[in-house]
Amino acid sequence: MTDIAKRVVDGLYGLRDWVDARFPLMKSWNEHLAKYYAPKNFNFWYFFGSLALLVLVIQILTGIWLTMNYQPSDEGAFASVEYIMRDVSWGWFIRYMHSTGASAFFVVIYLHMFRALLYGSYKKPRELLWLSGMAIYLVLMAEAFFGYLLPWGQMSYWGAQVIISLFGALPFIGEELSLWIRGDFVVSGVTLNRFFSLHVIAFPLLICALVGFHILALHEVGSNNPDGIEIKKNKNEQGIPVDGIPFHPYYTVKDILGVVVFLILFFGVVFFAPEMKVPGTQGLFLESANFIPADPLKTPEHIAPVWYFTPFYAILRAVPSQLGGVIAMGLATNLFLLLPWLDRSPVRSWRYRGWNYRCALIAFIISFLCLGWLGLQVATPLYTWMSRFFSVIYFLFFFLMPFYTAIDNDKAVPERVTG
Amino acid sequence: MKYKKLLFILLVTICNNVIAAGGGSKLMHMDVDLSDQTSLQRGAAIFTNYCLSCHSAAYMSYSRIGKDLGITDDVLKNNFMFGTDKVGDYMTVSMRKIDSERYFGVAPPDLSVIARSRGADWLYTYFKTFYIDDSKPVGVNNLVFKDVGMPHVFWELQGLQRLNLHGDEGAHHVPTYEDLELVTPGSQTEEEYDQTVRDLVNFLVYLGEPIKLKRTKIGVWVMLYLFVFLIVAYMLKKEYWRDIH
Repeated sequence: MTDIAKRVVDGLYGLRDWVDARFPLMKSWNEHLAKYYAPKNFNFWYFFGSLALLVLVIQILTGIWLTMNYQPSDEGAFASVEYIMRDVSWGWFIRYMHSTGASAFFVVIYLHMFRALLYGSYKKPRELLWLSGMAIYLVLMAEAFFGYLLPWGQMSYWGAQVIISLFGALPFIGEELSLWIRGDFVVSGVTLNRFFSLHVIAFPLLICALVGFHILALHEVGSNNPDGIEIKKNKNEQGIPVDGIPFHPYYTVKDILGVVVFLILFFGVVFFAPEMKVPGTQGLFLESANFIPADPLKTPEHIAPVWYFTPFYAILRAVPSQLGGVIAMGLATNLFLLLPWLDRSPVRSWRYRGWNYRCALIAFIISFLCLGWLGLQVATPLYTWMSRFFSVIYFLFFFLMPFYTAIDNDKAVPERVTG
Repeated sequence: MKYKKLLFILLVTICNNVIAAGGGSKLMHMDVDLSDQTSLQRGAAIFTNYCLSCHSAAYMSYSRIGKDLGITDDVLKNNFMFGTDKVGDYMTVSMRKIDSERYFGVAPPDLSVIARSRGADWLYTYFKTFYIDDSKPVGVNNLVFKDVGMPHVFWELQGLQRLNLHGDEGAHHVPTYEDLELVTPGSQTEEEYDQTVRDLVNFLVYLGEPIKLKRTKIGVWVMLYLFVFLIVAYMLKKEYWRDIH
């Protein structure tokens, strides 16, 4: 090594030590990366946490640049989005990344949640980890809902109109509540302005804070794994879990691999199919009706929410009574919160669970997917009955869980992680 | 109560089985080709000559069209621009909204993103399925846009079509383009008019998303880069994980 290079390296070490004497730099690095021991048997399902973080960063960065040219007013919003698409350098790229990112966020979050159901990651001692994750999910839904109004197209406008009207179904406070949310008697420029504020400041801050909480909670209790075994039970003389490996470098390099695969899919959509026009739909990520400017006097012929809300929308439509539908929809989104206490099985992972839970989970996933598809369709009597059928299964998964998990014929769990 | 009523109306609307395009006639298919620059240029000429007097494309500037379609500023000024002489201007119209509403019953919509909301097939079918309907103020009707307020601006090119409804098919028969018959020929043959419509729809698709052609080209390079990155990332992971298990 030449003299200059050596002096530069020494200087950098010196700087690190200087900071370290004043700030827990190495301590944090070790605690959360270099000496955070994660189970060595993570599989495919363990990519989605880091991917969710990546999507959050993409959304925040693209959002900052979109905000530079977007105009949150009922006269200017639609035009400013087209201005971004045409006249801002690479504006189309930033916008498509943001619109694709919104859907990608829900894709990875749903897969991340499914992983928790598969391996019982919500069970003791990870209840707070699960609750904070659920809080992120619920806040994300609100964030997506606020953001969807901003392009000020017909679907933006009427989607918001329908969803806010749902609050009006609540007894006593309903109408006042929906008026309070809108700030006007119908969705208007006033609503757009407050949604913009909530979308770019309030809820992103909330999400970042919750993500911080989520990661701190994870690193306190440690990661679960596909075997659902507590690796902290088996430690060597140095107090390091025998089945654990340092997160950095092993999982950072593995997650980079996941990131690249994700980016191939993500940019595949951004560059080749930003609308995600699947046959039979108006576009799953960008709907064709949203290329018509919002018109408060003209209701579109078919109003459907974006795909990530459709399972709950199908449940809403399945219930004949309006108030009942709203309650069912609220319940469907929030029941996940109770999972740590509904699940009575001593076993975490699907691998060692009995057939009761396995069948219930399969039925639940099928119902969730079918409801998602049904929510995109124009309701016919047949589809409504199908929605009712799958809604019942959806709720039974939760309501019967204390019973079928308590009497499940779980298998013996091994002492050490497998494969 | 007002909101409950609104919600009820919305839910009823949702429950109605209506085809999103409006009308119910089946659509003709057209392959859009954005790489055909001469077609796009012809389409731009048709657009500025026939559409731009009532419809605006207010999010698009003339100069962008010139740049993308290889049209010089002089040609733009002489052949494409009729309301302004600044190539940086957006494609607006001078007709006032209040006037156009009086003329047509509804203000002609801005066409910047019409291809993104309607789709190419719908537009292609729309331009080919105007037919004589004396009960309408503009004298024509349209198969995919029932009671359309727009006159058939291409009637001189296409000629006029009549809708033949066969009595025995009953009231449930949804008329299609097969039921149309050319009764007054226009200045163009059927093939020539078909090409005119294809050029225009090609242009409208370009107008809806000017970056579209370039976007997919850039995308190929991004994919190539990521696949190389994937190999590197895989090898890196494999190297580190050699000591685990």
